[in-house]
Amino acid sequence: MGITEIRWHARAGQGAVTAAKVLAEAAMAEGGYVQAFPEYGPERMGAPLRAYNRISDAPLTMHCQVTNPNVVIVVDSSLMDTLDVTEGTPEAAVFLVNTTHTPEQIAKKIGRPADKVFTVDATQISIDCLGRPIPNTPLLGALARVTGLVKLETVLKDMKKTLGKKFPEKIIKGNAESVERAYKEVKGK
Amino acid sequence: MSGLKNWKEIPTGGVIEEAGNADNYVTGGWRTYKPVLDEQKCIHCLVCWISCPDTAIEVKDEKMTGFNLKHCKGCGVCADVCPKKVQAITMVQEGK
Amino acid sequence: MGQKVAMTGNIAVANAMRQINPDVCAAYPITPSTEIMQQFSSFVSDGEVKTVLVPAESEHSAMSACIGAAAAGGRVMTATSSQGLALMWEMLYIAAGNRLPIVLAMANRALSAPINIHGDTSDAMGARDSGWIQLFSENAQEAYDNVIQAIRIAENMEVRLPVMVGMDGFIISHSIESMELLDDQVVRDFIGEYIPNRPLLDVDNPMTYGPLDLQDYYIEHKRQEYEAMKKAKPVILQVAKEFARISGRKYGLFEEYHLDGAEVAIVVLNSAAGTVKTVIDDLRGKGVKAGLLKPRVFRPFPADEIAQALSGVKAVCVMDRADGVNGLSGPLFPEFRSALYDAKQRPLMINKIFGLGGRDLGLQHVRDVFQELLKISETGKIKTLAEYMTVRN
Repeated sequence: MGITEIRWHARAGQGAVTAAKVLAEAAMAEGGYVQAFPEYGPERMGAPLRAYNRISDAPLTMHCQVTNPNVVIVVDSSLMDTLDVTEGTPEAAVFLVNTTHTPEQIAKKIGRPADKVFTVDATQISIDCLGRPIPNTPLLGALARVTGLVKLETVLKDMKKTLGKKFPEKIIKGNAESVERAYKEVKGK
Repeated sequence: MSGLKNWKEIPTGGVIEEAGNADNYVTGGWRTYKPVLDEQKCIHCLVCWISCPDTAIEVKDEKMTGFNLKHCKGCGVCADVCPKKVQAITMVQEGK
Repeated sequence: MGQKVAMTGNIAVANAMRQINPDVCAAYPITPSTEIMQQFSSFVSDGEVKTVLVPAESEHSAMSACIGAAAAGGRVMTATSSQGLALMWEMLYIAAGNRLPIVLAMANRALSAPINIHGDTSDAMGARDSGWIQLFSENAQEAYDNVIQAIRIAENMEVRLPVMVGMDGFIISHSIESMELLDDQVVRDFIGEYIPNRPLLDVDNPMTYGPLDLQDYYIEHKRQEYEAMKKAKPVILQVAKEFARISGRKYGLFEEYHLDGAEVAIVVLNSAAGTVKTVIDDLRGKGVKAGLLKPRVFRPFPADEIAQALSGVKAVCVMDRADGVNGLSGPLFPEFRSALYDAKQRPLMINKIFGLGGRDLGLQHVRDVFQELLKISETGKIKTLAEYMTVRN
């Protein structure tokens, strides 16, 4: 499997850092070696931010930035109007975008083959399940489906563990439901 | 510097283990003038005792009894603070 | 045995502190080490430790409180970064001179000006002559392991010097990585009970701390400190040996990565060493004899061991994530170069100042350095002795 490098594009406050953390923990629970690190700058709620993951079947020693990610997750598709989410990515890179558009539409927009682009309306799913637009958790479900980096059950288990410390049962249940829905509803290939 | 200990013989960190060993430091030798008490005049207000920087005023049963000349540096603060109407302490040149 | 977790360097260090359960922590928050004390204060509030937490009004006060508490006889820890460490500066010397075994976790960060919150080792280098033992950590695991070992090193009766444990700010302090936490009881048994040396609170044996020390004794006390720093070296190795027994993880004065028989080698502290390892793996696959020496212990400076390890390597690049601003090189370079002065086979040596203020050191940067070293090894000629890299020219 080697090393998979993931870049998250989001706005501060959308939970991308938490998502990267849950993904890392889930991948670790499956025996992988993980890193999760946000790019720290002068973030304010709404400012564009990037977060990263490395997942590997061998111990990870490198501590440089992720510059050529294999997987790009766009938590807020409006970011695609102002920044190039394909920056540094190899041709084979996979894109997972939170949007109401189809993979074909997004592929055209970013100039990449349609079979490398996956879309899911994570915002609507989170509104349905949680009553609030927090698209990070459903995206983890979609990511599990698209990349197979982690199993759906592991994401669910780990998310419960992470959120369980801070939130009541109802919110944890809503999050779990949103992950499952995104897993089923993600479009592409 | 004879009589001083080497680095292996002293406590670490500059700590002084012997409490109150400043007593061994004889500052009495610094004096040019020494205080002399006129017991007839002294009213035992103990202002000199409060003021002495070397705690060299000797007191017994709340009465001023004299000076610890081993530590008195002869600064003259005691004579200076002694009330104007009393003037029980005079500074006298050493050796006279 | 231990527990596999994914944690940031800061949280890992906070957990080490929880397991150590010090008597007193006095601290003042500063990025990127803030999270250490933030998490630790939760442990205090939750009753997981019995520590007295002293939120001071500055780092100078925090270190002063640490000194007072340690002199009183407590096991004392703190954490800081950058300007915070700089503000502690005069108190650092007092902690060391009074021989107080305080342990300080340090998320290494650049110094102002210009103001910058990201990782480099300028802060630690400013404290390198303060009499503190300095340990450095490549990742969260090492930061955690080093903090636990630091307690034993500092408190060893032959040593009794404070220890600071560094890790790169943000790159390690804020990155989640796979690591292992030891069981609480295992850590507690390892560090053992603290036996203070001449505590002020021993009222039956009153004594004086911090008296004036002039021409008659000052140099004798400094000679003692020098001896303690020398003695720290075997103690660090002994503690590492015992730590390997409880953790399975081996530590030395430095880590040698493919250094045996290497033709070219890099010397670098902290997280950048990990990136260098990745490149070495790749180069070794291609038959290039590249190696790494990653200093773990910078104070005491293990000059003899370094000379032995690097003797025979043809070309060495010492990489400094700090500038000594001496108009020549970073602070590691003169010390490593000097260590090799008497080596049997002295390598050709160059210096790179890189990554200041958190500027990324990428894989290609490291490949470029190895390329330059191979050329030096081949030609026997150095083009530039010391220079900046990862900078726009």
